[in-house]
Parts: sequence; structure tokens; C-alpha cells
Amino acid sequence: MHPLYTAVFEPGFFASPQVHIAAVLGGVVAIVSAVTGVFTVMRGQSFGGHALSDVSAAGGSAALLIGLSPVAGFVGLGIAGAAVMDMIGVRRLRGRDLATGIVLGTAIGLTALFLYLTTTSGATTGAVQQILFGSIFTTSSGTIPAVAILGVVALGSIATVGRPLLLSTVSPDIAAARGVPVRLVGLIYMLALAVSVGLSSLAVGAVLSTALLIGPAAAALRLTRRVASAIGIACLIGVIATGLGVLLAYDSYYWGSSHLGLPVSFFIVAVIFVTYLASGLPAAWARARNREAAAPPLTPPRTARSQHERRGPGGERGSTA
Amino acid sequence: MFAAGFMMNAWTTATIVAVVAGVVGYFVVLRGSAFPAHAIPKGAFAGAAGASLLGINTLIGLGVFSLLGALGIGSLGRRGRHDVVTALALVMMLALGAAFLSRTTEYEPEIYSLLFGEILGVNTSEILPIALMGLACIAAIAVIYRPLMLSSIVPEVAEARGVRGYRIEICFLVVVALATTMTVPVVGALLIFSLMIGPPAAARSLTSRPVLAMILSVVIALVTAWVAIAASYLYNWPVGFFVGALGALSYGIGRGWAAWRRTRARPAPRLASAAEGA
Repeated sequence: MHPLYTAVFEPGFFASPQVHIAAVLGGVVAIVSAVTGVFTVMRGQSFGGHALSDVSAAGGSAALLIGLSPVAGFVGLGIAGAAVMDMIGVRRLRGRDLATGIVLGTAIGLTALFLYLTTTSGATTGAVQQILFGSIFTTSSGTIPAVAILGVVALGSIATVGRPLLLSTVSPDIAAARGVPVRLVGLIYMLALAVSVGLSSLAVGAVLSTALLIGPAAAALRLTRRVASAIGIACLIGVIATGLGVLLAYDSYYWGSSHLGLPVSFFIVAVIFVTYLASGLPAAWARARNREAAAPPLTPPRTARSQHERRGPGGERGSTA
Repeated sequence: MFAAGFMMNAWTTATIVAVVAGVVGYFVVLRGSAFPAHAIPKGAFAGAAGASLLGINTLIGLGVFSLLGALGIGSLGRRGRHDVVTALALVMMLALGAAFLSRTTEYEPEIYSLLFGEILGVNTSEILPIALMGLACIAAIAVIYRPLMLSSIVPEVAEARGVRGYRIEICFLVVVALATTMTVPVVGALLIFSLMIGPPAAARSLTSRPVLAMILSVVIALVTAWVAIAASYLYNWPVGFFVGALGALSYGIGRGWAAWRRTRARPAPRLASAAEGA
């Protein structure tokens, strides 16, 4: 084989069943997360998206404790958490922040309890790490059907409410005036988000769940204004980052002599993070050119830029802060 | 419950932590910065993992990572959306933490205690640094009190008066980072968040006067922390569970109280009160 080829793909990469599972799972999760994520980023609910991964981890630890199927635990508590968030005020920007925080705080407390009870009652080494970080390489192939079905459920419900969801995301007032049940659409979206996050934290862990949900979508929305192309680009970024991460993690086993591989989540997150930073470059370049063209600016450039940024594309309605 | 030396340490540190969490948390809730307040401590956990890998003091690792997290969120948030960059900064720090952990052979209970706290295991020698850092947090809040309050409530007015929103944001995030560094070894990376959200949120729904709300927030945080320790001592369940549950409970009571007062104050038409609740 070509030396360059073996340098990139270390021996056994394509034959390893672990790699197959990781690639399939990672690919499914990346696509579902990217589609959901575009709406999450546009609606400014990244905090909710992240919090739900911790909430479903609490469900995972509960399932571990009472011997339930982890899928039921992760997705079940995630849905319950999303419903509670919606109930106590996920709709207003400020109240949403707080509601998410309260649900998250409670879930963390429950996780502490369940993990404590699990670790004292039986020998489950690695439970803490598994729940907090997760790993694609340790997921069994038995979870693939469940993950795929849930992914279809999440994507299906988002597709069903697609247009009204988009309208109520960009402008809740116009949507309400047009007769869109904004509240209901928001709730359906939250439940779809819960399913998507629940399955991704089960399959790839809480860290990657948030990374795949927010990173590709945020990068895509910085590159294009059109939602359809943003979804496409986000899926592409998610899948490429996952594949690259799996490859690098596999290769890292052969780096150095210690044969201590680095975790796959580290590589995937690093690729996504770099992609997000790079996605700001076109806009920065355009700004720099504009500044040259429009010599002496009337207002101080910093305020002018940040004003523009706040009203930018993709429903950039300012942050919760 | 009060006799043993380690329990005295627990009471003292919990009191310091609760006061700081009550004050800093008030502004966290006011500014809607719950996400950074969650992300910085959780990301700082990775710093602790890195410190244990290098064999240096955990506090240094926590301090460096929480500061990096605060500055990263602050500076990236200027360009991109706030919640997005917070999420990305958080996952990046956690990913580093996962990488560090894969290199160490850290005993699992230690990870657990860093995340969920080990308040009953505080040494006497750790109290002084915690107290000093707590004092620094309160002092920093006192120094930037007026601009911070202004920019939290009416950002536009603050900007017009010459308060740089960006600078205040960075200052505030650094205070959160400092509070994080001192509290993580005690209550854990995840539960300082509960203490910074539940009590202040409850206090804010009880009163709208800032100073009173801050005092109430400290009082509720103190009660939460004390009851949590006592309950944890008696029932042998993790402190974190009680902190989380009590935080949510106090918020629920605050919301209930506010709703009850509203309906009593003016039995307005149903439509209006429904809109109020939305």
C-alpha cells in the first residue's frame, strides 16, 4: 500500500468493527443534531440544548440504578425536562434562561444522587465517566436501531412543523398574527430537541451531544443566510467532523510509543471548534474590506460593527445576556 | 454534628460559599447569565483534571481554566452569539478534560468529588484561601456595583452613560471565574451552579428592590447550604442532591408566592393574568 495512505489510515482502520459502529452512530447523530441544531441556534436555545443533555444523563444514571434500558432513561427524562422547561417559561428570553437553569440544577442534583447510589450499591466502574463524557468507541451495536428510530422521530417531527416553526422562530409576532399556534409549535420543537439530545448523549456522550448540536449549525449560519443551505452545510460539517475525529482518535493510538489513544470526543470537538472559528473568517474579511472602502467612518467602528452584528442574518436576535 | 473538626470546617466553608454564591448569583440571574455560570465551573473541572495530570495544585488548574473560559466566552461573544460561544467554549474545555482524564489513572471517586463536591472533606488549611477569594469576589462586585447594575438592567442607558458593556461583561465573568475556583473543590463543579441560580431567583420573585433581593438571596443560599449539609450528615446522601433539590424548591416557593401576591393584589381579568404568567 502507498506509504501516505498508511500514514493517514493506520492499519486496520477500515476493518475494525468498533470503527464501523462509531462511524454509523456518529453519522446518524451528527445529521440529526445538525438539523435540530440549526433551529436551536436560530431560536437562541443553546443553553436549553446543552441542559437537556445533562437532564438526560440524569435519566441515564437513574436507568443504570434501577436496571432500566438506558434508551428509556435518557430519552424519557429528557422529554420530561423539556416539558418542565416549557411549562415554567421557556418562551420569554429571560425566563427561559432561568427556567433552563432551574431544571438543569435539579437534574444535576438527581444525577449526584443516582450516581452515588449506583457506585455504593454495586461495582460499576466507569459509570461516572461514561455518563458524563460517553464514548462512541464503547457503544454496543445493539443501540444502533434505537438510535436510528429515535433520530427519524426527531427529524420527522421537525419536518412536520418545519414552516410554522421557521416562521415563529424568525418572528413570533407575525407567526401569531398568521394563526400559527406558536406555543404548540415551540413545545413540539422542544420535544424533538429532547429526543435528539437524548439519543445523542446516549450514543456519543454529553460533551459531543452539545458540540454536534451547536457547533456545525452555528458555523453554517455564519456562512449562509438561507435556512435550507444552512441545514445542508451543518450536516456536512457534522459528518465530516465526526469522521475526521474518529480517524484521528484511531490514529492517535499509534502516535508516540505509549499507545495511549486520545478520546474520540476530544478530536471531534476540536475539529468543530476550529471550524466554528474559521467560519467567522469570511465575515471578518468582508468587514475589513468594507472598512477600507468606506474611509473615515462616521461612528466609532466598534459600535457600528456590533450593531450590525446584532441585526445580522439567521434570526440573530441578540443573546440571552 | 457540630463537635467533629471536619464538620466545623464544613460549616465554615459552606457559609463562605453560600454568601458568595448569593451575591454573585443575584447578578447572574439579573443578567440572564445562567449559561456562563454553568459553563465556567463545569469547564473548569477540566483544569482540575489537567492539574492532577501534571501533579500541581488543583486550585491552579481550576483557576487557569475558569479564567480562560471566562475570557474566551467574553471575547468570542463579541462577534458571535453569546449562547453559542458559551456552548462551544464549554465543550472545548470538557473535551480537553476528557483528553486529560484519558492520560491519568485518576481514581473514580476523586472525579466524582470534583464534579459533585466533597464538602465534608475540607481541610483546615483550605479555609483561608477560600475566605480570601470569597472576599475578593465580594470586593470586586462592590467596586463595579453601579455600572454592573446599570448595564444589567438597562444596557442601552448604561452604554449611553459611557459604561462599556463589553468591559463590564468581562469583569463580571472574571468574578464568576474566581467564585468558581474557590467553590469547585468544596461544592463541586456542578452544584455551585444550583446555588447561584435557585436562591437568587427565589429572592428576585420575592422582592424587586435590589439590595433587599441580594440580602434575601444570601439568606436563602445560607439556609440551603446549611440544611443540605445537615441533611447530608444525617442521611448520608450526597450534599449535591440536597443543594439541587432545595434550590429548585426555593425557586418554586418564590414563584408561587409571586403568583399568589399578583392574584391577590388585583383580581384582574383572566386574560391579563394569563399574559402575565406567560
